[in-house]
Amino acid sequence: MGRRTALFKLHQELGARMVDFGGWDMPVQYSSQIGEHHAVRRAAGVFDVSHMCIVDLKGAKVRALLEQLLANDVTKLKTPGGALYSCMLNERGGVIDDLIVYYLAESSFRAVVNASTRDKDLLWIRRHAAPLGVEVAERTDLAMLAIQGPEARAKAAQLLEGPGAAAALALGAFTARGLDGWFVARTGYTGEDGFEMMMPAADAVPAWRRLNSLGVASCGLGARDTLRLEAGMNLYGNDMDETTHPFESGLAWTVALEPRERAFIGREALGAIVRAGLARQLVGLVLEGRGVLRSHQRVLLPGGGEGEITSGTFSPTLERSIALARLPAGGVDAVQVDIRGKLLAARVVKPPFVRFGKSLIG
Amino acid sequence: MSKVPADLKYTKSHEWVRALADGTVEVGITDHAQHALGDLVFVEVPEAGRAVKAGEPCAVVESVKAASDVYAPLAGEVTGGNGRLGGEPQVVNSDPYGEGWLMRLKPVAGALSGAALLTAAEYQRVLEAEGG
Repeated sequence: MGRRTALFKLHQELGARMVDFGGWDMPVQYSSQIGEHHAVRRAAGVFDVSHMCIVDLKGAKVRALLEQLLANDVTKLKTPGGALYSCMLNERGGVIDDLIVYYLAESSFRAVVNASTRDKDLLWIRRHAAPLGVEVAERTDLAMLAIQGPEARAKAAQLLEGPGAAAALALGAFTARGLDGWFVARTGYTGEDGFEMMMPAADAVPAWRRLNSLGVASCGLGARDTLRLEAGMNLYGNDMDETTHPFESGLAWTVALEPRERAFIGREALGAIVRAGLARQLVGLVLEGRGVLRSHQRVLLPGGGEGEITSGTFSPTLERSIALARLPAGGVDAVQVDIRGKLLAARVVKPPFVRFGKSLIG
Repeated sequence: MSKVPADLKYTKSHEWVRALADGTVEVGITDHAQHALGDLVFVEVPEAGRAVKAGEPCAVVESVKAASDVYAPLAGEVTGGNGRLGGEPQVVNSDPYGEGWLMRLKPVAGALSGAALLTAAEYQRVLEAEGG
């Protein structure tokens, strides 16, 4: 038996199929994965993401810690409530994890890291926090709901009511704030607008029921995966890990090489990688015909050379198969994918595939 | 609770077999199997004329989540696949024992009687043992 979130019994009551995810018993789907996917693209859905690890970092030197730990530059966060997406790298430039860090106050930040990497992340953060006197506290007392979709903010406002609703609606993209013991962030992993809300565990079940009563669909991790892949967002462990660096994972935009004097972990290795020239790239693929692209399928380039699919699925929005694939560097428009011994044509595109409900694939 | 029609035969790998009047058999996946897979988005059926051995992978059903092989329940020659599933794979979800059939086989002599197929009651016990 895996770990259970505060919503476990409610998931069962709602008829969810539960699966192991990073050591947690999580709902993969309630009724139809495709139906849940469409609910988020067309209206609003709610996900239990309480398995994700919330870590509060406190101390006078917390900025110094994050400047060292993160490949993105935390000094970009100038106003409390700001959020930043970043990789946390090892000395070789490999990705230990990707995370979001929220700026709460000058000596207080909150990070949300992946469930599957929790143990090693906490060890790594604590190892570097200790010499700086930064306190690292995992917030297992909190549950986390993601409310996503074009109607998500309106539904969330109904959930919060009154002054809280106005404050939440006033949040800009990628910002957050505390609200009566909750923490509400305008962030997500679906390519739609919406919120991620952290709250005391006891509040999670009533919040979920209220959202259902407002017409917000219960959505499982299956839909979350197809939504994030359509949105061109990486999944740690599939699309990048400790053996791959951000530049070959479509994450160059998250690496702040300026200012040069900021000595973050992995910087030297990344410098050497860039000087040597990039060998690989992460691209999007759209299958031309029928079939489903899956992770680990072999990708053949027209001029010779091979790559591999890192995440693949059927896209419910596009009604065809899409994937992320790691290929040798260089321009390429079309490839073949080996699906059970058959070579099928796929087009190379730049992710995302879908944004705010609309196809970005011509 | 999954439906298990009494007039069909089954395999432990969740295929069903229906004996047709002309001596061929129709093969599909069970209600339990379609439910476990979730929304199907792609089905690949074998071409007519292909000879298959019992237990040989001969069709593929893919849901959003994963691809699964479908195994020939007995030895025979494929007389046809269900072409409708190319455009409408979801029919396997909505009608697994009817319109969602996958293929028809002409069993080799004695294959139908000799194959270790399960009765509905026996298959029901397989499901119970799996916790389904």
